[in-house]
Formats: sequence, structure tokens, C-alpha cells
Amino acid sequence: MTRDITLGQYFPGSSPIHRLDPRAKLLLTIAFIVYIFVANNFWSLGFLTVVTFCLMAVSGVPVKMYFKSMKGILFIVLFTSVLNLFYGSGPVLVQIGFMQITANGIQNAIFIAVRIVSLILFSSILTFTTSPTELTDAMERLMSPLKSLHVKVHEIAMMMTIALRFVPTLLEETDKIMAAQKARGADMESGGLMQRIKSLIPVLIPLFVSSFRRAYELAMAMECRCYHGGEGRTKMKVLHMVALDYIALLFGAAVLAVVILLNIFLPTVI
Amino acid sequence: MIPLLETQDLCYTYGAGTPFEKKAVQNVSVKIHQGEFIGVIGHTGSGKSTLIQMLNGLIRPTSGKVLLSGRDIWEDPKKIRAVRFKVGMVFQYPEDQLFEETVLKDIQFGPRNMALPESEIERRARAAAKFVGLPDDLLDKSPFELSGGEKRRVAIAGVIAMDPDVLILDEPTAGLDPAGREVLLSEILDYHKKRGNTVLLVSHSMEDVARVASRVLVMNASHLQMLDRTEAVFARDQELESIGLQVPQVTKIMAELKGRGYPVKTCLTVEQAVAQLLPLVRKGDDRA
Repeated sequence: MTRDITLGQYFPGSSPIHRLDPRAKLLLTIAFIVYIFVANNFWSLGFLTVVTFCLMAVSGVPVKMYFKSMKGILFIVLFTSVLNLFYGSGPVLVQIGFMQITANGIQNAIFIAVRIVSLILFSSILTFTTSPTELTDAMERLMSPLKSLHVKVHEIAMMMTIALRFVPTLLEETDKIMAAQKARGADMESGGLMQRIKSLIPVLIPLFVSSFRRAYELAMAMECRCYHGGEGRTKMKVLHMVALDYIALLFGAAVLAVVILLNIFLPTVI
Repeated sequence: MIPLLETQDLCYTYGAGTPFEKKAVQNVSVKIHQGEFIGVIGHTGSGKSTLIQMLNGLIRPTSGKVLLSGRDIWEDPKKIRAVRFKVGMVFQYPEDQLFEETVLKDIQFGPRNMALPESEIERRARAAAKFVGLPDDLLDKSPFELSGGEKRRVAIAGVIAMDPDVLILDEPTAGLDPAGREVLLSEILDYHKKRGNTVLLVSHSMEDVARVASRVLVMNASHLQMLDRTEAVFARDQELESIGLQVPQVTKIMAELKGRGYPVKTCLTVEQAVAQLLPLVRKGDDRA
């Protein structure tokens, strides 16, 4: 049931990647995603993949966890690469009806698959090594220049933190209410679409009621502790960039340089 | 005689086959007869909740069987709803499950799912409301207007209205004030006596269990530790304490007195203790 869904996949540890400033990690992840699209031949993409694997090893998170995060998107990877299989020019290798597979198409398919996989793996490194709180904190700090444009940066970050915090709570609550209604004979497994939607009412109404109650209680608790938005608020954990973070950023820049050099000096495949 | 409810080597494992595998219930075999009042106790995480949810088919056992009147409840998984009508279950904090516009309609939800005739639904709902002591003028109110204790009663009435042969209550008095606990417990006991059905009461309050249960089922670390008459279970006070459970305070005091050589028997309630001690005091026992 809903209990089997895992959300917030933070994997605590003390690797150098765990210790990095979340801002640096966030920036580097965004940069890497861009790099993956900058890389336009097998050499540069291969290089990025190797770098991703090395970072995965450094992160100290079991490889199994990475595989698990891949499971969900395996279908998307297969779907896009199969589609690409048929979009190629050049000599035809296999002909299926009006569709044809060319050597170029196969290359395309592999290239796309590697791209998506390394994209997911790299963002997994971020989510595995950074707790949701660190992540929202980093976003708040990185977006702080927007404050001058009257964007409520702190409020947005706070809302994200609260939303993330309550996802498991609500799932648990849903589970409980569903069990209680089933015990009263609610039938949620059979019937047509309309009937199934109707059978959700006994679950949704209590869920809404308790969500509002929780929201109200939380607001009250926050006010009791004199919360009044981001104005003049200080942080318990002030983010400081240290040598490690600068090294990481330099490393990011170096990777970009290598990718561009490989793009220019080695034969372009696609 | 065929037991009303029986489990055979019941096991349940959460997340089987994953690294988070956890055995919640292991090899539990019990027989529960018609008309019994059974207290279920155990430390948090001992497998009580999982066990009772298997009894009404909310959780399907990993292995082993649950027999209701001698028939495996999972014989035909499509008919599992019928089992849930016979084995009623009131969850912890059941007031969270109310959703209808009026109290009466909410109590009718269970019987309506049983596809009973409208007149029967109405009759059962009103009878159930009476059993839990809900005054008539509350029945047309929205359940969300009621107080916590009243909501709890509405939720319990919603299960009683299905007229189950077995009623399972998971900590029905949690979070109520002492007076509320007392009243609700008496109402449940009263209902049990009048209706003559089987009740399973999960509770952390040993005093409550000692007061109402005829037999006590003790779960410990996913295993069945004991299932015996209430006096016999609470007489094993050292064993209970070793698994993190307490015996009622009065039982403890009386056991202590017995240990010091006073002619007293195991007591479960203050009334019993008074009955034993008064003659001794009147006689003016010279050891006192």
C-alpha cells in the first residue's frame, strides 16, 4: 500500500560530498545537468559518465540505492531510446514495416539512454547526500538576490520545507483512514470508475479535516514561538563556504573545460 | 466446540524480501470462544496491532491461517468484506475516520455497506448510539461539532451498528480524561454483557484490562507470550515486568503482602483487595 512508497531519499553519511556546502552541491548539480547537454560526442559524454560514477563511489551511498532510484524511470529511458532507434539516417540495417533501424539510429538510442541515466544518477547524488532541509536552505540562500524584486524567498522556502515534512505524515494518515473505512465495509477495490471515485469520499474528507487541523496547530505552534516570516530571522546553521567547497567548484569548472576540449578535438559522432 | 476465532501459526512480515524486512508476528496460535472478553497487552511494537488487523482481514497473513467459526477467512478473498462485518474493528483515535454530514449518517455507514434494508439500518444505528450513550439530540448534528469524547463514541457506535460477532477495540480510552475513560469502559462492558458477543480490548492500562477481561493475551517481540485467565496472567508479575509490562498496582501490593506471609490471594481490582484486607484489619492482625 502507500507505506511502500519511499520519499525523501536522504542517506545520512560523512563523505566529502555529504560535507559539501549544499549551495555548492546545488550549483554543481545544475552545472552538470547543463554539461550533460553540452557534451555532444561519445568521448565527452563518456567522460561525464565516468566522473558521475567516481562521485557515486565517493558519496559512500550503496550502489543498490542508486539502482533503486533508477527503477522508476527505467520505462522513460527505454521509451525514449526505442523512439530514437527509428530516427536515424544512413544505411538501413533492419526494416520493420515502414520503420527502419540504421547504425546511426542505434548510436542515437545509446547516446540518449546514457544521457538520461547519467542525468538521473547525478541528481540522485544530490538528493542522497543532502537532507531536504539543507536543500531548501540552499535554495533560499541562492534565491536571496530575488528579494530585491519583492519575491518572498523565505516564505517559499518555508512552504517547501513544511510540505516535504508532511508528506510521510499524510501518507501514514491515509493508510490509517483507509484501513478504518475498510473495517466498516467500505469497498475500494471493485466497481466502475465513478463508484471508485465515490468510494474515496470517506477517505478524503477525514484526510482534509485532519490536514486543516494539522495546519492550524502548526501555525499556532509557530506563532507561539514568535515566528513572523523571514524578516530579521537568523539561522542556526549558517552556511559557510570552506576550502572543500571552492575545490569542488574548481573541479566543476575543470570538468567543463575537459568536456569542451573533448567536444572540439575528438570526432563528433552525432 | 469449534472456537469462534482461531489462528494457526499466524505470521506476518513487513517488506518481505527487502533490506527493511521486519517480522511483526510470528507463529501465533490462539483459540477465542464465543462470549469471551479478552484483553490484549504488549509493549509498543510487540505486534499487537498487526495481529488484530489480521483477525478481521485488513492484513493478509504471510503464512498461517485465521479461522472464523472454523472456516479460513482467506478461502475466498472476494468475500473478505463479509468477514469484516463479522469481526468489527475500532482503531486507535477512531474519531479521525468520521466524514458524514450528520452523526446518524456516519453511524449508518457500516450497516449501509452491508446492504441491509433501510429500516434495519436506521434501527441499528439508533440502537448503537444508545449503547454508547449518545443522546438523541446529537444525532442530527455534524460530527465535526462534537467534543473529542463524543466523537469517539460516534466512531465506536459506527462499528457496533454492524452488530459484529467479534468486536476489536484498539485502545478505545486513549487520550480521554479519567472520568471519560471510566464511563466508556463501563459502556463497553455493558454492551458485551447485553449482546453476549466476543470482545478483544487492546490497552496499555493494566488496570483497565484487569477490570474487564476474562482472559489476557500477551504479545512480546512478535511472539505470543501468554494467553490465560486474567488472574493467572497477572500472577506472573516478574515475567511481565521482564518484558516491560506492569501488573496493576493493587495486584503488585497484594503480591508483596502475600510474599510477607499475609493470608491473601492475587487481586486484580481495588474492590477485590478491599474484600480481602478488611477482614484482616478487623481481626486486628498482630503482625500489622
